Amino acid sequence: MSRSSLYDEEFFPSPLEQTWIEFKKSHWAYAGLWILIFFVFVIVIGPLLTPFSPLEQNPDNLLLQPAWAASGDINHVFGTDSAGRDILSRVIYGARLTFGISFILVILSIVFGTIIGAYAGLSQGLRSSIVNHLLDSVMAIPTLLIAIIIVGILGTGLINSMWAISLALLPQVIHKCRDFVRQESEMAYVTAARLDGAGNIRIFVKSIFPNMIEILVVQSTFALSTAILDISALGFLSLAAQAPSPELGAMLSDGLDIVYISPWSIALPGTTILLAIVSINLVGDGLRNALQRRLQH
Amino acid sequence: MLNYAIRRINLLFFTLLVLSVVSFSLAYLFPGEALTNLSGIKSPTSTQFASLIRAYDTEANYFWQYIAYLRLLFDGDWGVSFTSQQPLLEDIFRTLPATIELSAYAFTLSILVGVPMGVLAGLKYHRSFDFGILSASLLGYSVPVFWLALILIQALSLQLSWLPLSGRISLYFDVPIQSGFILFDIIKASNLDRAAALQDAFLHLILPTLSIAILTSSIIIRMVRRSVLDVLEKDYIIAAYGRGQTNIQVFWKHGLRNALLPVLPLIVAQFTILLTNAMIVEVIFSWPGIGNWLIQAIYQRDYPAIRGGMLVVSSLVIMFTISLDILLRLIDPTKGRINRVAI
Repeated sequence: MSRSSLYDEEFFPSPLEQTWIEFKKSHWAYAGLWILIFFVFVIVIGPLLTPFSPLEQNPDNLLLQPAWAASGDINHVFGTDSAGRDILSRVIYGARLTFGISFILVILSIVFGTIIGAYAGLSQGLRSSIVNHLLDSVMAIPTLLIAIIIVGILGTGLINSMWAISLALLPQVIHKCRDFVRQESEMAYVTAARLDGAGNIRIFVKSIFPNMIEILVVQSTFALSTAILDISALGFLSLAAQAPSPELGAMLSDGLDIVYISPWSIALPGTTILLAIVSINLVGDGLRNALQRRLQH
Repeated sequence: MLNYAIRRINLLFFTLLVLSVVSFSLAYLFPGEALTNLSGIKSPTSTQFASLIRAYDTEANYFWQYIAYLRLLFDGDWGVSFTSQQPLLEDIFRTLPATIELSAYAFTLSILVGVPMGVLAGLKYHRSFDFGILSASLLGYSVPVFWLALILIQALSLQLSWLPLSGRISLYFDVPIQSGFILFDIIKASNLDRAAALQDAFLHLILPTLSIAILTSSIIIRMVRRSVLDVLEKDYIIAAYGRGQTNIQVFWKHGLRNALLPVLPLIVAQFTILLTNAMIVEVIFSWPGIGNWLIQAIYQRDYPAIRGGMLVVSSLVIMFTISLDILLRLIDPTKGRINRVAI
């Protein structure tokens, strides 16, 4: 078949390219993407960048001010903390820990959430109502409470708190997925597949799931910012990562004792978290808007 | 409507049942003896031990143990705390009002700020006012709540010393505890200068309320703004303009109500997140609420306290959300079922 010559342009963007074009139109989202790429870059090659070990103590350089202050030292760009540890190295390693773990948690919760959500969406009657009721019960418990219970059962530690946070992330993914599956099940293309004799699993994998990927990507950006906030909050309450660990939340609670002398020891890790979450939210918003505009065209 | 209410109440009953089963099984899941975790008595005498076994029915199977546990729950005998050896229910009733007070003020403030700001931003779509509100709300819901609280303390209490650092009221006010709600207690109290005490309690409230409300109101602003934008594109708005109505008429008669309806359940759903933030903020401001109490309990491995606190907080959240759900249904009976299943 010859290419239609209705339009002058020879380029027909695929859905993915269309999303990208729409995404690039928003400068804020684009800037957020670059900040996010910067963070991923730092996380991946972090150990090559850091001049010091995050746990290396240096008694000669206690509480050094950041390099831009009058009495700062250029060897320690972000200064040092009360044990003489280099804050820049700690922030980079902290970003690795906090953000890296959040990435893992989000991927896990998206995978399991999609499976459970699809099951809840496609099943009917008693089974579906039991799954929904259980979900609603879990959602009623605040995240912090789930974390407290799991820490009570398993003891404190970063790995144990990961269970708590993934348990807190799951219900939202499941809800989103279940509602989407329910909504799509009434569409004609699903009915067509069902008339062709496809079973539930095949309908989900072949028909519904391809339409869901973009929604899942948007959902995972929001889950990512929640995960980062939760992990650092638990670290701050010393329920997750414990004190010497360079986790950003734990660093903040470490810096709390010396906030009078060195306000930068809580300002710098906090700003890192803030910047990361702002960039993630910008990208998430941009993606959502781009998808919406693409569907409108 | 009746059918809907019955379904909701059924859900409430079922959820409370699940929560009570969870809280019962926690006694077995936590480290240590189940009987110790249930009763909270660490080293009972032999007579105490015998009566505890009888009360909790620990020699029967799990089902009868659970029934015995439920009976004790309804009798108000929740066991005692490991650390204070006080009855749990007393501790909970002492700390819970402080949390309810704090989160109620924060929730009200976020709605009072969030809804008008969101509507205004939606009406001024893509103008500088909209962009300003939007960027502020983006910052507001990206900031970690504990860091925000620390920054507020650093700026407003330590540097400028405008506001007090922690607690609910200065120590020189000896407010007799009646209801546990501080403002209410001060009004009831007779032994002190009420105006000064109220002012002091109010100053103590500002920082914690603000740290929680900034986050929630940012989320509400964004939801309301999006909803207003969606509604303004609808056909009935264009039709209203076509009938010659002015901007103000269209907005008040058609725009606002339809924009707020779909947002209400989403706003209610924010309450759980708000409660988590309130619990963290309580720790930072030494607010004597249930969040602070629970965090201290986990530091000291006070298992009965965690069990009781979890049961109370989550039942409270679920009762709150379900009753608001029924209320929302009364306001908006047209709403489909599928959107409402979410709590």
